[in-house]
Amino acid sequence: MSAAADPAAPVAARRWRLPPVLAMILLVLGIWYLAVIPMNVQDVLTRAERAGASVSPESAVARRDMGSWSLVARNSALLGESWSLDRPRLPAPHQVAAELYRSTFDEEINGRRGIVKSGSLSNRSLIYHGGITLSATFLGFVIGTVMGITLAVGIVHSRVMDMSIMPWAIVSQTIPIVALAPMIIVVLYSIGIQGLIPKAVISAYLSFFPVVVGMVKGLRSPDAMQLDLMRTYNAGAFTVLTKLRLPASVPYLFASLKIAIAASLVGAIVGELPVQKGGLGARMLAGSYYGQTSQVWAALLMAAGLAALLVWLTGWLERRTLRAMGGLP
Amino acid sequence: MNLVLLALLIWGAGFAFNLWLARPARAQSRAARLAVPLIFGATVLVMWELIVRGLEVPQVILPPPSEIAATFASNISMLWGDFVQTILKGALGGYVIGCSAAFLTALLVDRYTYLRQGLLPLGNFMAALPIVGTAPILVMWFGFGWQSKAAVVVLMVYFPMLVNIVAGLSETSAMQRDLMRTYAASWGKTLLKLRLPAALPFIFNGLKVSTTLALIGAIVAEFFGSPTQGLGFRISTSIGQLDLGLVWSAILVAAITGTLAYGLAALIEKWLTFWHPSQRG
Repeated sequence: MSAAADPAAPVAARRWRLPPVLAMILLVLGIWYLAVIPMNVQDVLTRAERAGASVSPESAVARRDMGSWSLVARNSALLGESWSLDRPRLPAPHQVAAELYRSTFDEEINGRRGIVKSGSLSNRSLIYHGGITLSATFLGFVIGTVMGITLAVGIVHSRVMDMSIMPWAIVSQTIPIVALAPMIIVVLYSIGIQGLIPKAVISAYLSFFPVVVGMVKGLRSPDAMQLDLMRTYNAGAFTVLTKLRLPASVPYLFASLKIAIAASLVGAIVGELPVQKGGLGARMLAGSYYGQTSQVWAALLMAAGLAALLVWLTGWLERRTLRAMGGLP
Repeated sequence: MNLVLLALLIWGAGFAFNLWLARPARAQSRAARLAVPLIFGATVLVMWELIVRGLEVPQVILPPPSEIAATFASNISMLWGDFVQTILKGALGGYVIGCSAAFLTALLVDRYTYLRQGLLPLGNFMAALPIVGTAPILVMWFGFGWQSKAAVVVLMVYFPMLVNIVAGLSETSAMQRDLMRTYAASWGKTLLKLRLPAALPFIFNGLKVSTTLALIGAIVAEFFGSPTQGLGFRISTSIGQLDLGLVWSAILVAAITGTLAYGLAALIEKWLTFWHPSQRG
């Protein structure tokens, strides 16, 4: 029982330990490096055999029928190349990082078509493709948000709109809307619209409904007392909207904007699949066609980075706005 | 042109009827609440039909609903095959695996604070990422069959489920857990009798979000490669042939499935969490 009274106990509790998030990231990386061995064992052994090493079992056909782990166990001396294959099934983390570096900074600064030597972004760099995706994402996000807010204002002010549209808006949340993406692209293409707009339409569509649902909730959040106060001021519907409902809805708006921006990035990426005209989605599909796994992974990492950045940016904007409005300390 | 005028007329009539139905005196009744959206949906369909026919919009841009219904009816057996391939094998398989894996991880995470502090931020982060992007990689690993689609679905469903279940498991108050301890309830008993029931609203929240995600994952993964069956395959090949009637039919199947799956989850939720304030209203 003396431990509780021990003056050294708080010091021991403050003893440095690995931050849990860092520990988990290290764990994931460790599992990744380990998984590279069985995933690539077939290729590694084929290469070792070509280089003259004796592999067991001898024939490639027999190897194909064996489990990856038993192959690893029987040829443990020959696995040195697992992490440095040219076209691995699973590239090691450092290979992905190298590819990411090569296709961003290296390509732009040292490449023949990079921004330093040619004055424009290289069409082989992920910065260029990320920019294409990002512009479609932003355009779609802005369209979707503006339309969503407009519809939400309409729904809050008109009972008919509320009763007729709101159930459909909720039902449409349960529909895999992304399935429409290829059709929207092709149909818009056939009436002569191409480039940024079709992708932005998909993004707008995906970001539209979260905003509607969130904004309706937000615009309705002022309670009866506050609405009554506005009435005692003899305020019209428009004044109530601008002075009470819209300010009250800001926290709800930002909550749905965070969902909407991630959704519009997904929309832009999926929208780039059918038309191979640049963008991270096109890059992923091209990589998977030509077996360039590190290219797919690098594009995926870039997309993940963009998503994290966009969500963080929205969160930052939310904190700034709420603080300016006096909502946060 | 007459058809377009007729469409506008029907729109006006439907809107006027809805205005009448939405008067405060009637708006509270169940029938009005049901009728107004249905009338709205029906007028939209009729307008679509009449305007497409009236303006003679080409088939390859927008087929009228009657055309879509006809295509749907004449291809039922093929669409059923797609349904089995994409939904029952890919989406449902992945959904079950992903949700159970998330549940087991959540139990583990719940026991160790260190794991929770490490995994929850990561899970929240992953839930916001465009995980559909892993589809090309998983198709490369698991082949064109339904297994790769299930794998994509597992990844898409796992993180939202994990975050929700962990949040749900921490729903009980210290007082309630202390009460269980005074009953000498074991960890398993406490879980079964107190913490799981308390977590159910959160779990169902996750399950409902995941139904849509599972469908998206299974369909988009088929864009990257599939056997000659499946809703995603049907959509991408029919677009290649400019057979938009079939595309819309496949989308209809996906939409109906999504709505029914969501409705089923909501129904089970209502049945299991009848005690929760959100269900009593």
